[in-house]
Amino acid sequence: MTTQAPSPVGSATPARTPGGIGESPARPDGTLKVTGQFAYSSDLWLDEALFGVTLRSPHARACITGIDIAKALAVPGVHAVLTHEDVPGLPYYGLDHPDQPVLAIDEVRYQGEPVAILAATDPHTARRALSLIEVTYDVLPPVTDARRAVFDPSIDRVHPDGNVVRHQPVRVGSADEVTADVVVVGEYEVGMQDQAFLGPESGLAVPAENGGVDLYIATQWLHVDRGQIARCLDLPEEKVRLTLAGVGGAFGAREDLSMQVHACMLALHTGKPVRMSYDRAESFLGHVHRHPAWLRYEHGATRDGKLVYVKATIVLDGGAYTSTTPAVVGNAASLGVGPYEVPHIAIDVYGARTNNPPCGAMRGFGAVQVCYAYESQMDALAAELGLSPVEIRIRNAVSQGSKLATGQVIDSPAPLADMLRRVASLPLPPSTVDSSGDLPGGYGNTTRGEGVRRGVGYGVGIKNICFSEGFDDYATARVRLAVVGGEPVVTVHTAAAEVGQGLVTLQQQIVRTELGVSTVLLQPADTTIGSAGSSSASRQSYMTGGAVKAACEAVRTRVAQRLGHSTVELVGGKVLAGDTIVDLAAAVGDEPIEETVVFRHRPTVPMDPVTGQGDSHVQLALCVHRAVVDVDVELGLVKVVELAAVQDVGRVMNRVALEGQIHGGSAQGLGLALMEEIQVVDGLVRNPSFTDYLIPTILDVPPMPLTILEHPDPHAPYGLRGAGEPPTLSSTPAIAAAVRAATGLRLRRVPIRPEHITHPT
Amino acid sequence: MRVTLTVNGEQRTADDVWPGESLLFTLRERLGLPGTKNACEQGECGSCTVLLDGLPVCACLVAAGQAQGRTVVTVEGIARYPGSIAARNERGADGAAPTAATADGSTLHPVQEAFVAAGAVQCGFCTPGLVVAVVDLLRTRPHPTDSEIREALAGNLCRCTGYEKILDAVHLAAQRLAAAGPDAS
Amino acid sequence: MEFVRPTTFADALAEKAARPQAVPILGGTDLMVGLNAGHPPPPALLDLTAVAELDAWAVDDDEVWIGAGVTYRRLITELGTLCPGLALAARTVGSPQIRNRATLAGNLGTASPGGDTHPVLLATGAVVEAASVRGQRAIPIDDFYAGVKRHALAPDELIRGVRLPIRRGPQQFAKVGTRNAMVIAVCSVAVALDVARRTVRVGVGSVAPTPRRALAAEDLASGLPWDGGPLDDDVARRFGAAVAAATAPIDDVRGTAAYRRHSVEVLARRTLAWALADLDRSEAWDGMTGRSEA
Repeated sequence: MTTQAPSPVGSATPARTPGGIGESPARPDGTLKVTGQFAYSSDLWLDEALFGVTLRSPHARACITGIDIAKALAVPGVHAVLTHEDVPGLPYYGLDHPDQPVLAIDEVRYQGEPVAILAATDPHTARRALSLIEVTYDVLPPVTDARRAVFDPSIDRVHPDGNVVRHQPVRVGSADEVTADVVVVGEYEVGMQDQAFLGPESGLAVPAENGGVDLYIATQWLHVDRGQIARCLDLPEEKVRLTLAGVGGAFGAREDLSMQVHACMLALHTGKPVRMSYDRAESFLGHVHRHPAWLRYEHGATRDGKLVYVKATIVLDGGAYTSTTPAVVGNAASLGVGPYEVPHIAIDVYGARTNNPPCGAMRGFGAVQVCYAYESQMDALAAELGLSPVEIRIRNAVSQGSKLATGQVIDSPAPLADMLRRVASLPLPPSTVDSSGDLPGGYGNTTRGEGVRRGVGYGVGIKNICFSEGFDDYATARVRLAVVGGEPVVTVHTAAAEVGQGLVTLQQQIVRTELGVSTVLLQPADTTIGSAGSSSASRQSYMTGGAVKAACEAVRTRVAQRLGHSTVELVGGKVLAGDTIVDLAAAVGDEPIEETVVFRHRPTVPMDPVTGQGDSHVQLALCVHRAVVDVDVELGLVKVVELAAVQDVGRVMNRVALEGQIHGGSAQGLGLALMEEIQVVDGLVRNPSFTDYLIPTILDVPPMPLTILEHPDPHAPYGLRGAGEPPTLSSTPAIAAAVRAATGLRLRRVPIRPEHITHPT
Repeated sequence: MRVTLTVNGEQRTADDVWPGESLLFTLRERLGLPGTKNACEQGECGSCTVLLDGLPVCACLVAAGQAQGRTVVTVEGIARYPGSIAARNERGADGAAPTAATADGSTLHPVQEAFVAAGAVQCGFCTPGLVVAVVDLLRTRPHPTDSEIREALAGNLCRCTGYEKILDAVHLAAQRLAAAGPDAS
Repeated sequence: MEFVRPTTFADALAEKAARPQAVPILGGTDLMVGLNAGHPPPPALLDLTAVAELDAWAVDDDEVWIGAGVTYRRLITELGTLCPGLALAARTVGSPQIRNRATLAGNLGTASPGGDTHPVLLATGAVVEAASVRGQRAIPIDDFYAGVKRHALAPDELIRGVRLPIRRGPQQFAKVGTRNAMVIAVCSVAVALDVARRTVRVGVGSVAPTPRRALAAEDLASGLPWDGGPLDDDVARRFGAAVAAATAPIDDVRGTAAYRRHSVEVLARRTLAWALADLDRSEAWDGMTGRSEA
């Protein structure tokens, strides 16, 4: 230690550093984003960069009998045409296990499966040449019915591993023996939703001098991408360096690889930088979707509305490859009765393999599909019992100390009954006057009030936060405290993917609070530091937030040690050490302090394969919605008038960003309720465009008043609770219930289409 | 073919333009202006909104050759060249005169500042198109109602925010523009 | 592929005569979607946006002339009184960005069964001005649509403009889509009343291979309350049923045939009722020309 002991600067408690946790400072990338300067993965460019494109299967299932690349390769400007034979390493990849071919090998199992890749000097040449690749197929009948894929032993196997990716039962009590006063049975369907992020799959791969490759990519998890890419390229991981490029939304669709290995293969093969960027149609074929689901539920209850048992059989269609289907099945099973106390449970969830588009992660991840069904059942039960939808939920609501279906005890606040009372007591919006598109049908001018009925509905959802079922989940953060120009400056380095959620802002806030330093620089996320885990499962505030907090604490301890103390406080650029206050800059001097910390959440265990029991979840989060809708019952058109939410977030870290998450999640749930579905017929996607895959416009999303509660989770950093996903669960059933209330129909499928209202089956 | 046009106040020339390519492609790939975003290329999302002779259009649906001699303002130039009444009323008018975009001389337009301040930016991919559309909206309706905002922005999809903070940002920008006086934009 | 950009309509006709395969482009809101998606390009694009004479409209005692280059935005802001049905339809087209570019002539040239303005053109008895170096001819709208995305123009012809008779009564338009904004029609209906002649014309969209009229429904005009008073429920029902009977819809990703048949019937009843209600607003329908500066 060469620094001189800094001299005290006074004893008045310094002012807190602004922009810390609990405040809503501006995003550090905000100015770049509003000026068009932020570099998204589709904006990257290098001199001499080639443009890569992908040839995809037009068939849902076929044997490949020949691929002739000669004509394409002969086109001037084409530098490479590659097939599965050119994959240097393992020709498969996958998040759970590698069963998805990098490029199809002898057989294609879904429409859009990549068959060949090509690099040329420019996009026009590349696309023109791509059409000259001749692939001959022996077309086979696709397996497209997920229930038959699971239950019909006579049906073809989609994959050598069989058609059931995972079967997870849950057994509690004796559901097959008990009886109940009132029984409701319902079969439900959830259509295939798409994440529909706006920024297309894209990136830039640059060959490195050491024989490796640098990839600039929009992803949710750099390190798990890197592991898969390295295996496919047969390179050691250290020769595959990933840097996060700007991410134009993710919502789960960037958990699986898309063009990563392809771009790297083309770059390594040609020795030139290669950029790839999907167009919208290709994007719809090029990433996984939310699992469509078939769900059969039977709820039994006493006359006074207490649940006795829940039985359910659920089939989730995972499409052609595994992706994250096993984990999605685990969520659907463990959360399949919802946030209710149920003494007897028998649930069977099956993840099916079919020749439909592969399905994997999307916001809500297995909890969305079951939430729509169990909430529909709760409404049916309420109707049967003559109770209000709110009352039946309150009578069965979990609270701290309740057991989940897995036997796991909820060991932090879960104020569901209070949340329900709050949402039910909110004032209702006034009836709509006909002005500028506010009635159902919007700008279509379809009604002046004719046929319009109002409905109100409620929905409740419970979502696991962080990775579950024994996954060794961790996040790494490096925090460096230095003095620049006489002022303390902190640099934070993680590999965490900022996908729009505001994690960059949160990291700065945490540093300001923990270290009292206002200038916080963020190094680009890359693989030169350890993994931060995935930006999914609502986990990054908890995990990377926890890691940054822990790294700050380690840095603070080092500051204390320098001053000969065991602990100090760092506030407003000052060090509070016992009775003295010194400048932090002086304490640090010319010897920066750097700490790298790996943060883990508490361990979880796998679900028992027979009973589904086990403490499989880290944290649970609740959201409650009330939807008010106007329905033109003659035309089947719906206008959501208001979508109010009550959510418990443990601790508000950044209110503006938090509200944005709840609003955005609610709007995606609205989309699933009313319009969003990838329509697949015989394995073929019928609507791969924003013309026909409709996501809500600003006219479709109503005012969304929020009530945010803060009951801290004692196990979590700052007491926070992951917040991004829960609203996506509950808004869908709330809207469906409101439409039921307006129409008197049962509506057993989402999205609810106009013909479901005008021509109910 | 060669296309010459005025972009953000500067005369620009793009060579080797394929006659079927879009203005969006030309801006992004040939003129080094990737701020205008490529999200659907079929006019269904508004991410590529630019001002063409003062009117918001989807750059993906304008053939590059159609922009010959026209005036284009992209998100990169919206703070300095927030459009031109002259260009709007008189087609083909060149050289939108630079106007004092911000009261404090910063490089952001009040609409841009408001988007950051109100939390209207998440992933930000829709933001460039929205900023351009909102600048145009507030030029014609300085104090829009929610209904007017929704109608003006119905062509700009956002997947992250649920639009609530975007509405907040438009109102905030309207207040700030009004406070800055009539010359602000 | 060539890009041809005449500045006069005469030059445009000469170019089209020399290159019959050239595809005219105005707003590009349909054509560019295909080109962006990599569809095979035509041998030439014939850009008409520099032809100033097409970007104009005019009105006289008998009709409104709308040049091929007039955008939906202008239809809404400038022609809302003269051509209310068109303005209503234009307001449902795409988004503001689309309406700033897209044109009536583009809608006609694409001739999609779901084009938003076709029902109004059918209901108002529009005439398409087709021009070529051989001369100009008027194609009655009833003869214009020849099939799915096919029309009656000869290969060397361009649309110069559209003529709409001065309106002789209320006009209405409604369109069902599966989203509240920026959506393609699942079905659409336009009705136009001729108060003096006591006739009604009805056009429907997205419910048949081409936009078409509902002639059997028009035949019910004599039963309508031309002298005021409420629309009889039975007449409204028969009118709606006759409109539905005129359709030949299909199932597609946007809706089922059964839903289209049903919803077009509902829209027909409603738009007729609204148009008749507008009769009561004591406007002098027979004398109006709505002349304004053009």
